[in-house]
Amino acid sequence: MQRAFALTGHETIVTSDPAISLKSDGLVVPGVGAYGACMEQLIAVGGDAIISERVASGAPILGICVGMQILFAAGTEKGGHIGLGIFAGQVSEIAAPILPHIGWNNVRSDESSILFRGLQNERFYFVHSFAAKVVVAGAANSWTNYGEDFLAAVERGSVSAVQFHPEKSGAVGAALIANWAGIL
Amino acid sequence: MTLAKRVIPCLDVAAGRVVKGVNFQNLVDAGDPVELAKFYGAAGADELTFLDISASVEERSTTLEMVARTAEQVFIPLTVGGGIRESRDVDRLLRAGADKISVNTAAIARPQLINEIADRFGDQVLVLSVDARRGETPSGFEVTTHGGRTGTGIDAFSWIVDAASRGIGEILLNSMDADGTRAGYDTEMIARVREITHVPLIASGGAGKLEDFSAALAAGADALLAASVFHFQTFTISQVKEDLARRGYEVRA
Repeated sequence: MQRAFALTGHETIVTSDPAISLKSDGLVVPGVGAYGACMEQLIAVGGDAIISERVASGAPILGICVGMQILFAAGTEKGGHIGLGIFAGQVSEIAAPILPHIGWNNVRSDESSILFRGLQNERFYFVHSFAAKVVVAGAANSWTNYGEDFLAAVERGSVSAVQFHPEKSGAVGAALIANWAGIL
Repeated sequence: MTLAKRVIPCLDVAAGRVVKGVNFQNLVDAGDPVELAKFYGAAGADELTFLDISASVEERSTTLEMVARTAEQVFIPLTVGGGIRESRDVDRLLRAGADKISVNTAAIARPQLINEIADRFGDQVLVLSVDARRGETPSGFEVTTHGGRTGTGIDAFSWIVDAASRGIGEILLNSMDADGTRAGYDTEMIARVREITHVPLIASGGAGKLEDFSAALAAGADALLAASVFHFQTFTISQVKEDLARRGYEVRA
């Protein structure tokens, strides 16, 4: 991730410091682990308030994997948990016979997407069992299919989020990160 | 327009060097792990797997540094296995830049290790590595440890079902009967394991010819791991993928 940003000429800082997280040109939220655990850890460092404040002020955010999922209102993983509610709708298990969804899958990108500029129908690396399956109103919604359609990415205003791992998606992932860095 | 079947080179490493021998014996030095990882990343590998077969703590201490150097230079998922005994080992490897870790012997000795790793880092981080061979157990397949040298008497299928209930993201199914033979993946074992688990299945052991890869997919594998055929350049990853695509399988170009 840091190397991908280095290629775009941006400095990256790994931090849970509120001041830095608020003032940075862009904030990457790379969620890991289960939905509930990720929310707990985010709240423990005041990350929920920081994200809300950045959304309110139009400061760019990029959520990755569970970092995308927690932007929705709720997740059904392990009993159900409340999310940040920046996007309406819930995150639920993908209806597919083999889970997790692991590997390189195509993304059908929204025509108005900034993230996927020059990256139509490319494969990105996914590792997850849960996903958002709702159309986010007023957003660029990009889709992937595995058993069913789900959101691979959503972009609305200053908030961008991807279900896959651009930092693990080779050259196309680096290009997507560069596209996001371009709006900073 | 669907999930691609993955082709994964496996780099057996010890003391910071790549090694690979027939049935994990008669080790032959085949190069620098970081350089090989970069080479495979550029050659179209969908992931990389490092299996640390170091015999001592001193040798193993080079692994974290090697993982970190690889993760800095290779932009594809990296799985590391070997010598993981507690969740602290997982934490170190993930911090160094590994994306997934595989457990084998230590989880057989102490199955609770699987719960500990899955609960702390998520199921998706954990690849259950199963070294199985034909044996006198109910399923006809027995779990082995120490690179296939030691039988456990444990039924391989019972172990897989137990481990899956504890929380795993994938199974690396390594046939100790086929490993090193280059006579093809153990398609019988793959097909039977596919029936008892819902997680992705990585076939390992026995790849020798191009058609072996598609045979493993036909048996139910989701991903294909191989070592010597790539290390000794019997064929390239592109050649494997072209053959799979010709047979109608989705691959990443």
